[in-house]
Amino acid sequence: MTRKRIVLTLLHRLAVLAYVAFALFPLFWLLKVSVTPTSLLYTEGIRLWPSRASLEHYAFVLTHSSFPTFFLNSTIVSGATAVIVTIVASLAGYAMSRFVFRGKYWIVALLLLTQMFPLVMLIAPMFKMLSPLGLTNSLTGLVIVYVAFNVPFATFLMQSFFDGIPKDLEDAAMIDGATRFTAFRQIILPLTLPGIAATLGFVFTAAWSELLFALMLISGNQATTFPVGLLSFVSKFSVDFGQMMAAGVLALIPACLFFLLIQRYLVQGLTAGAVKG
Amino acid sequence: MASITIEAITKTFGTVPVLNDIDLSIADGEFVVLVGPSGCGKSTLLRMIAGLEDITAGEIRIDDRRINEVAPKDRDIAMVFQSYALYPHMTVADNMSYSLKLRKTAKERIAEAVGAAAGKLGLDPLLARRPKALSGGQRQRVAMGRAIVRHPKAFLFDEPLSNLDARLREQMRAEIKRLHKSIGATSVYVTHDQIEAMTLADRIVAMHGGIIQQVGNPLDLYDRPANLFVAGFIGSPAMNFVEGHRRAGAIETDDGSKIAIPDGVQLAEGQAVTVGIRPEHVRIVAGPEAGSYAARVDLVEPTGFGTIVHVRLLGQDLKIYTLERGIAAVGQPLHIALDGARLHVFDRETTNRIG
Repeated sequence: MTRKRIVLTLLHRLAVLAYVAFALFPLFWLLKVSVTPTSLLYTEGIRLWPSRASLEHYAFVLTHSSFPTFFLNSTIVSGATAVIVTIVASLAGYAMSRFVFRGKYWIVALLLLTQMFPLVMLIAPMFKMLSPLGLTNSLTGLVIVYVAFNVPFATFLMQSFFDGIPKDLEDAAMIDGATRFTAFRQIILPLTLPGIAATLGFVFTAAWSELLFALMLISGNQATTFPVGLLSFVSKFSVDFGQMMAAGVLALIPACLFFLLIQRYLVQGLTAGAVKG
Repeated sequence: MASITIEAITKTFGTVPVLNDIDLSIADGEFVVLVGPSGCGKSTLLRMIAGLEDITAGEIRIDDRRINEVAPKDRDIAMVFQSYALYPHMTVADNMSYSLKLRKTAKERIAEAVGAAAGKLGLDPLLARRPKALSGGQRQRVAMGRAIVRHPKAFLFDEPLSNLDARLREQMRAEIKRLHKSIGATSVYVTHDQIEAMTLADRIVAMHGGIIQQVGNPLDLYDRPANLFVAGFIGSPAMNFVEGHRRAGAIETDDGSKIAIPDGVQLAEGQAVTVGIRPEHVRIVAGPEAGSYAARVDLVEPTGFGTIVHVRLLGQDLKIYTLERGIAAVGQPLHIALDGARLHVFDRETTNRIG
């Protein structure tokens, strides 16, 4: 390597390192505060690690608050949303990618239209619609709303993944004796796993961290999701940072686990070798 | 095995016509090659036989059964794609057995059929591999294996050799021919390569602009092309074309030279014609003789087997193909004679053959 290249590589690494530090620092701070005993929080000034770490906030959150319920609610809502959206978006994305049909242009336009409004605008009408149906204050209602708002983008995402799979493969499968649906299920779908994993992950995290609708549509504790629950640490006169941060760290766990599960598919280039190359 | 009948087939994409009133019947066991430049509609026609493309008008029959509305999976045909279209998430063996599995064939029968096809194509050591671990030639072989593993009524080939390098292409070409001899299945083969067409076909269908230009056995098309398109498309190096008019009992070319009218060709005085002569039918002669022309060598292209000599003659860059070596150097004067019996005369207006 020449000197110039070494310098450039070094600069590049340093830039990446700086970015990673910048991105991860808030997470580190979250962890730091969550293990700092309340008595030390305001007395030690700003330091990277408290002189005494404890898990008391975690213990409190898990045993003396409704967080286990919020946790479960969020898991149910996010999981259900992710699965439903992915199924719908796969089928819709496939149709968008492969078929020419009447009204396609308008459907695409409508899908895009839904993405143009600030969500705040839609809260009142949404509440008005869901309330007579008995879907406010219920997890089902939340799932319906989340599915509705995530399907358009997920459809475009899935469409781009299907576009990347050669049409010849289904043609070959259909000549081999498969119906279009069999070809979709046995040939195309397995090759779209990276795309499906990406869509699942994207929708899951979006639903997991959604605050606005959850806050407006849910009032009782039994249907409260995690982000709303976090707000309960903010009271009129004080904020219990230690417990809030401990809950926040716990909230990260499912998302991390989820990505751990799907990362195998995210990085895999499954289509390699399908056609020439 | 089966015959395929194509009757008055027309295809339009939106308002763009792609195929116009195509009639063709393919006999049981015949190897028919559809050849033409890209965009001539040959692949579309093949895909219509396969059922991958709707039929705008007309009828396609396999063994007297109308298949216009029959799904591809029920047509009992096999197809080899230019891209091979191997299923990347399946092993070679699974790729080959997929069609049999879909037909719920018994396990032992599948193993037997895959084994036989693999043996025929030398794929035995590759059966457990995935397509991405194969070379281009091996993938091509797997695509062939997938087609022959169940004995379909007909084989369709969509430019199967276009992605291979020249040497491999030649080898696979011979292999396809051998395979057809041994299996004897009705085959329709699409290519833009006239050499593949010539070497493989029982019958060639030359297509251009969505219309069949000529149907015949390879040597027919070579010896008696029906029009200017076929004459120019079949044969390499390509046929020389010289434009002229009939004047005073001969064909006078645009630069004023004269070509004798071949026997049996009737031309009206002043009729505009194009005379075609294949480079191998132009002779270099030792000295001036009756009807010979004097020219200077413009360019020499040795091909190893023979030599292509370019001369400026009859207002043309005229190519001569000779098997002799070292008889011409650039700038050297030559005497050229045209083989009168081998001249092709075409009407310039209709582009059709006159004689």
